[in-house]
Amino acid sequence: MADRLGVLPAYWALLRGQARSQVSYRTSFLVDLVGNVGATVFDVATVLVLFRLTRTLGGFPRAEAMVMVGLSAAAFATADLAVGNIERLRQYVRTGLLDAVLVRPLGALPQLLLMDLPLRKASRALFGVAVLVAAVLTAGIDWTPARVGLVVLAPVCGVVFFASIFVTTAALSFWWIDSGEVGSAFTYGGRDFTTYPVTVYSGWFRAVFAYVLGFGFVAYYPALALLGRADPLGLPVWAGWAAPAVALPAVLVAALAWRVGVRHYRSTGS
Amino acid sequence: MGSVTATVPPPITRNIGWMFRTFAAITGSGFRRYSTYRQATLAGAFTNTVFGFLRCHVLLAVATGAGGVAAGYTPDQLATFVWVGQGLLAVVLLWGWNDLAERIRTGDVASDLLRPVHPVLNYLAADLGRAGYALLTRFVPPVVAGLLFFDVAIPSRWSTPPIFAISVVLAVVICFGCRYLVNATAYWLHDVRGPMMIWTFGSGVLAGLYFPLHFLPDWVTVPLWLATPFPSILQTPLDVVVERDDWPVQVGLVAVQAVWAGLILLACRAVQGAAERRLVVQGG
Repeated sequence: MADRLGVLPAYWALLRGQARSQVSYRTSFLVDLVGNVGATVFDVATVLVLFRLTRTLGGFPRAEAMVMVGLSAAAFATADLAVGNIERLRQYVRTGLLDAVLVRPLGALPQLLLMDLPLRKASRALFGVAVLVAAVLTAGIDWTPARVGLVVLAPVCGVVFFASIFVTTAALSFWWIDSGEVGSAFTYGGRDFTTYPVTVYSGWFRAVFAYVLGFGFVAYYPALALLGRADPLGLPVWAGWAAPAVALPAVLVAALAWRVGVRHYRSTGS
Repeated sequence: MGSVTATVPPPITRNIGWMFRTFAAITGSGFRRYSTYRQATLAGAFTNTVFGFLRCHVLLAVATGAGGVAAGYTPDQLATFVWVGQGLLAVVLLWGWNDLAERIRTGDVASDLLRPVHPVLNYLAADLGRAGYALLTRFVPPVVAGLLFFDVAIPSRWSTPPIFAISVVLAVVICFGCRYLVNATAYWLHDVRGPMMIWTFGSGVLAGLYFPLHFLPDWVTVPLWLATPFPSILQTPLDVVVERDDWPVQVGLVAVQAVWAGLILLACRAVQGAAERRLVVQGG
């Protein structure tokens, strides 16, 4: 354990170096900060445009749907800030940069995450949280101590869940370098899925994304619990509290995929 | 010192047959180049299909909530709109092209300037070849998925397929031109991440990928359509294929596309010319 803590200064140095190098081009950094909000702004604006045409989406009025939008945006944008850049693992494997990372006496995953932590995405995460705060304040939620706890717990679990999806899909490139956009179907696809009420989807597609992969428990069920609404699909109220129970297995799967992947890795040379 | 441009003078033989053969050869090489990325093609088609499911369900829910018809689109038309859109996304290649910017950054672009073909024409020919390959491999899977899993509107008038075909070709040319312009900012900026980011975020929404632009109020849609090239990249071919309008209107929309295709290519030529004069100053 003492050994583990001993490496913390090394990680801290990596992070500080990254931050310094990114902020040193001040104008570029500011432009990036502003530009990056754009992506999440468009996501939220899309939902508002859809509500111009209809009063309810999947049985939910705008104020209630926005709670799901906020939970999804806050969780995804924060996970994207923290680990989103791991999707560049493909290039690291292809160019052999991963070798340099593996020979250092630090964990490969934390190094990769800290080596190009995209601080410019911080604006996006802040905007996501702002949407969530605005949504829960205007949705007419009947606040209880339990719900106050949930409104903090749910996004945190969502971050962990999305981060696990990022790592798991990135680990795919240990086996399949040309996996290309497959990861996006579950990372960005997962963001799109969680943005809307699960009732919008149907059939096996809903079953796979909401329940098998667990995306339903990131935004939809926590939102139901916050709003005090019964699930039209028949799950009990405690499903809203199931986020940790979904995030934990996701982390385990991600950790396993990463470990097996790194062991499987056989460099690009020789 | 007199002014020296980086390009060689155009070839003196103004032979249309020769030019056509050159263009066709470059197009063929573009087709062959992309046909070697087989696994990436498979991965891309899979992802387009997953997003097709996501978008289709959401738009169908909007139609249900709006009482069956949303902004003039029936549910069947919305399904066609989404699935053909997911297929066209890779054909027009909205995102992920930075070949030219990379070549400008590394200086490789100098060898493009030495070729006896204008750079814009050269890249356009290669891009048409790429689009042809994408039409076979990236367009078909999402459209087939849509046919299998959703009730889709199928064009009923004989005139629609030919108009759609022309519209798609023009859309490819317009999208190519936009990408070329975004990439060409590298001549001045060296780092194209900013313009590229604005293009990536803006083009999807403004082209009609996330929702049909008719979902917006008319005072937004009409100026957007006439004053910007974005709706001509996806919205127009998609409106044609779902037969939202009668054929005279379809032809009119395609005519707007044709004007934009011409304007954009002229802009590419002008920007390329300005850049080449600058490049000489810089490169020495």
